[in-house]
This record gives sequence, structure tokens and C-alpha cells, in this order.
Amino acid sequence: MRTPRPTLYGVIAEFDTPTAVVAAARRAYEEGYRKMDAFTPYPIEELTEAIGIRHTRLPLLVLIGGIVGALVGYGLQYWASVIYYPLNVGGRPLHSWPQFIPVTFEMTILVAALTAVLGMLALNGLPQPYHPVFNTPGFDLASRNHFFLLIEAQDPKFDSEETRAFMNSLNPREVTNVED
Amino acid sequence: MSKEPHKQDYPHEEVRTAELTKPPVIGPGYTFGSVTDKIASIALSRRTPFGWFVGFGLAFMLVMMLFYTIAYLVFKGVGIWGINIPVGWGFDILNFVWWIGIGHAGTLISAILLLLRQEWRTSINRFAEAMTLFAVACAGLYPLLHTGRPWLAYWLFPYPNTMQLMPQFRSPLIWDVFAVSTYATVSALFWYIGLIPDFATLRDRAKKTAAKKIYGLLAMGWRGSARHWHRYETTYLLLAGLATPLVVSVHTVVSFDFAVAVLPGWHATIFPPYFVAGAIYSGFAMVMTLAIPLRKFYGLEDFITLRHLRNMAKIMLATGLIVAYGYMMEAFMAWYSANTYEEYMIKNRMTGPYWYMYWALILCNVITPQFLWSRRVRHSVPVLFVISIIVNVGMWLERYVIIVTSLHRDFLPSSWGMYSGTFWDWSMYIGTIGLFLALLFLFIRFLPMISIFEMRTILPQAEVNEAEAKEV
Repeated sequence: MRTPRPTLYGVIAEFDTPTAVVAAARRAYEEGYRKMDAFTPYPIEELTEAIGIRHTRLPLLVLIGGIVGALVGYGLQYWASVIYYPLNVGGRPLHSWPQFIPVTFEMTILVAALTAVLGMLALNGLPQPYHPVFNTPGFDLASRNHFFLLIEAQDPKFDSEETRAFMNSLNPREVTNVED
Repeated sequence: MSKEPHKQDYPHEEVRTAELTKPPVIGPGYTFGSVTDKIASIALSRRTPFGWFVGFGLAFMLVMMLFYTIAYLVFKGVGIWGINIPVGWGFDILNFVWWIGIGHAGTLISAILLLLRQEWRTSINRFAEAMTLFAVACAGLYPLLHTGRPWLAYWLFPYPNTMQLMPQFRSPLIWDVFAVSTYATVSALFWYIGLIPDFATLRDRAKKTAAKKIYGLLAMGWRGSARHWHRYETTYLLLAGLATPLVVSVHTVVSFDFAVAVLPGWHATIFPPYFVAGAIYSGFAMVMTLAIPLRKFYGLEDFITLRHLRNMAKIMLATGLIVAYGYMMEAFMAWYSANTYEEYMIKNRMTGPYWYMYWALILCNVITPQFLWSRRVRHSVPVLFVISIIVNVGMWLERYVIIVTSLHRDFLPSSWGMYSGTFWDWSMYIGTIGLFLALLFLFIRFLPMISIFEMRTILPQAEVNEAEAKEV
């Protein structure tokens, strides 16, 4: 059996400052590249916009999670106190809704928070132990003080020679090919 | 993140800005690399400082005492405690409330101060959140063991069972189960989410294979992708928004444990806000108690600056005044209600058999924080440390006064009684302090005690320079 030749995942450029990577990302977007990603040691708002990320579905998911939590919380108490295990306390109403508010509230927060965390991980595709970008030499500095811009080979405008030349024109520290 | 106006932008205001300029939230001369290395090296260092072994060793001995106490408690039953009739709630509820309250500052710092864009929270939020988790773990032990049969504690949750029973959802004690377990879960999530990028940093910095693997597993393959950061920031903000009402609700529900009962001294509408303020008060005192030695021993004065301590002192003063108002209102309502039992309750607190507890409480919680009005006191680290410990003691006394002096003499003089903690009450209390400290020692040894990636964001060079970006 032959070992398959590594395929090209993309071209990555390494920068020293947040300003340089944001400027580079804006240039790449202007050039027409869309399948891009940047890797930085901390979140940079300008960079998110520069590579063309507009919005995320996460807030909607969290809202749905909260509503589901509230309904489940209230429903549970209604079912338990009125239907399944009715307890007559001095003739007071079984459906004593003000008493059900605290648990409903806590369940709202619980399910919404779980949705936020699990939703973020799922949408980000984590946990993901392997990713081609980890093959980049010096990528361990992406979690310290270096900033990376990647243009993926899947981008329609991608051309291994041209894209590499373009990346070199952005004043990077280094440009390398990322292999899958 | 708010930007301080640059002096050169407003030359005519130079004098004014010089006066208003706040001391920085981080010492000068740091870079992304040096901040990262300084914090990460504490967790990754091969050499554990000798002081750590001494501290952890002492705390570990107390944990052993706690385990012994719990074993004896499970063997003999809750009769080994001082609780009796009429004082059915003693140290167990007292310490439960005390620990939960301490936890609240962690959530306040990490969530509420984030929403209020208080940049100075950055260097203290991580260990304040850890403090929350460990405090909630200690708190949880008390109601669990107070059930007498902790192996049946799952009966507190609604689940279909052969007994065909359901918990009583009209009881504040069940609200407590939901509030505290939600609080523990959300605090753990918040803490872990905050740690993920720092786990990636530790994974990339670690030299030993085992450390690389463990931090790598915990980082879940985080690679600092801009798409990931975008969702990450959204999640963090949403969690902060969810945790803010949650933290208020938790101590509100804890106060309902008392306020919903008809007992004089408990049955008061002021309880929820008064409890929440007290929780934040004690929590900030505990953050201060922990931060002052930590910054000293690990040389973190550049990260946890005097400005942090001063700001915390101000919050302590503010919440301390709210708590003082609560004490005043308790006394006022006792008089204003014209109710014999209410009137007797406050008279008994002030002059009854536990008078010394009440006046010690006033001394610790009302008089001591007044020193924080003074600038000189707020600028003196040793004095702040002493005040923070006094406030911790004061908040413990507050719960003693509320729980014990209200219960021991209620309506009928024939059913009055006295209460005092036994040896086992104290060994359990001191044991949980040991558990709390032991967990904290492990935390500062193996995890970054300051959020590394958030510290990078507050460096001046973290800002994108728009003028320069256009030139490229």
C-alpha cells in the first residue's frame, strides 16, 4: 500500500502584531478570498469583521434553550403537584403558580447556559484533537504572541503559486504551506 | 474595552486628565510573551515552591479531619452535632449560607463586572471563579450531610420512583436544591469555558509529555481560530448575562429558606436584598483575603495591583453599608410592627444570652468597614488584609445571630432552649476550610490562576492601530 501524498490544505502567513494580521486579512478579503481563517492568542474584534464573519446563530439557540428550560421547569412542577402527586394542604389550590417561579427560573438559566456552552463547542466543531493547521511550524506561538492568517485551498480563487506570492506581499514574518 | 483618552489628543485638558488618570490595571513594560510566560510558568514549573508544600500539607491535614468527622457523622448520625429542639438548624445551615455567600463574589467579578466593562476584573476573575466553585462544594456538603442519610440525597430531585413520591415544589428547601445545583453547574461551565484558551497555551508551552497530553485533552483542540473566538466571545457574554440574575436568585432563594417561615427574626421582606448584599460583602472579603498573600508569594503585584485592592475595598464598603442598613431595618421593623414577638426577638438579640454575638457582629460588620472611608486605609495592604478577615468573621457571626438567636426563643417560653456547637460541629467547619484551601492550593499549582488570554487583551499593544493598518 502506498502512503497517500499529503494534500495541500492552504497557505498560512505569520505576523508579529494584531495590526499587521488585520491589515493582511482586509487585503485578502479585498482580493476576493473568502475561505480564510485567522489564529490569534486573544480575540480581535476587527479581525472577525475583516475575514467576513457576520453573525452567529448562537444567541438564537440560547434563547430557545432558555424557553425550553422554562417550559420544562414549569411543566414538571405542574405535572408533579397537580396531576401526579396532588397534595391537599388546607384546601389551598394545587396549581399554586407563584410558588413555581423560583424553580422555573433556575431551570431557564440552567438549560440556557448548557445550550450556550454545548452550542459553542458544537458549532466550533470541538473537541477536535487533530487539525491540519497544527502542522504549521511555530504554530504553538499562536497561543502566545504570534498571529496567523490562513487561506484555504478550497477557496475558489486559490492557486498555490499565486496565493503564496500574494501572502508574501503582505509583509509577513513567514509564509508556509499547510499540509493535510 | 474602554480606552483611556490619550493625553496628546486633548492637550488643553492635560492637567485635568493627569488628575483623573487612574493607576493602571497592569504594571508597565509587559508584552504578550512575558505575560504568557509569567503566568504559565507558575503552573508548568517543575519545582514546586517549599511554601506550597507547607500550605497544602496543613490544608490536607484539615481535609483528613473533615473525612474523619464525616465518617463518624455517618456512623453515629446528626446527634453528634449540637442541634436540638428548638434549634434544629445550627452550624450546618450557618456554614452552608456562609460558604454560598463567599462564592458569590466570584460570579459577581466574572459576570457582573464583565457586563459593566470593568477592565480591572481581568486579573482576579479566574481565581475568584475557582473560589466560587470550591466554596459551593463546601456549602453543598452541609445540607447533604444534614439529611442524615446522604446516600439518599437523590430523593431531593424529582424522578419517577417506586414510592410514587414527588418533592414538595412549594418548599424553599426544594428551590434551594435547584438554585444551588444550577449555580454549581453554571459556575463550573463559566470557569471551564474561560480556561479553554489558557489550556491551549499550557499545551503549547508544556515540556513534559504527560502535561502536554492532559492540557491538550482539556483544551479540546482549541487553536485560536477567529471563527471560534467570535462564538467564544458571544458565549462568554451570554453566560455572563445568565449568571448575573442567577447569582442574585441564589442568595434570594437561600434567604427564602428563612423568610418564608413565620419565625420572628426570619419572616422579613428585606431578607433577599440584605442576603445578596451580605453575600457579595463576604465574597469580596474572601477574595481580598486570598489575593493579598497570593500576589505577594507569587510576585504578581504587577497583575493584581493596588488599584484592584482599592476597588474591592470600595465594593466592600458599599455592600457593608447595605448590610448595616439591613440590621437597622430589622431593629426598626421590630419596633414598628408593634408585635410582641418581633419586639422580643430584637431585645433578645441585643441583651439576651447571645448578646456578645450580636455586638461582635456589629463591631465586625458595621464598625470595622467604616475605616475604608479613609484613603490611607484603602492604600495599606496589611490593614486591608486584617479588615477582610474581620469581615469574614463578621459574616459568620451574622448567620449565627440570624439562625441561633431567632430559633432558640420563639413564641412559647416553655419551648425555649439554648444551643452551642459541639466538637464535631467545629471539626466539620474547620475541615471544610481545609478542603477549600487544599483545592485552592491544587488550583494555583496546576492551572493558570490569572486568565492569560484576557491579560493579553488589556495590554496597550493589543489594540489594532487603524492608522497603521491602512498603510499596509
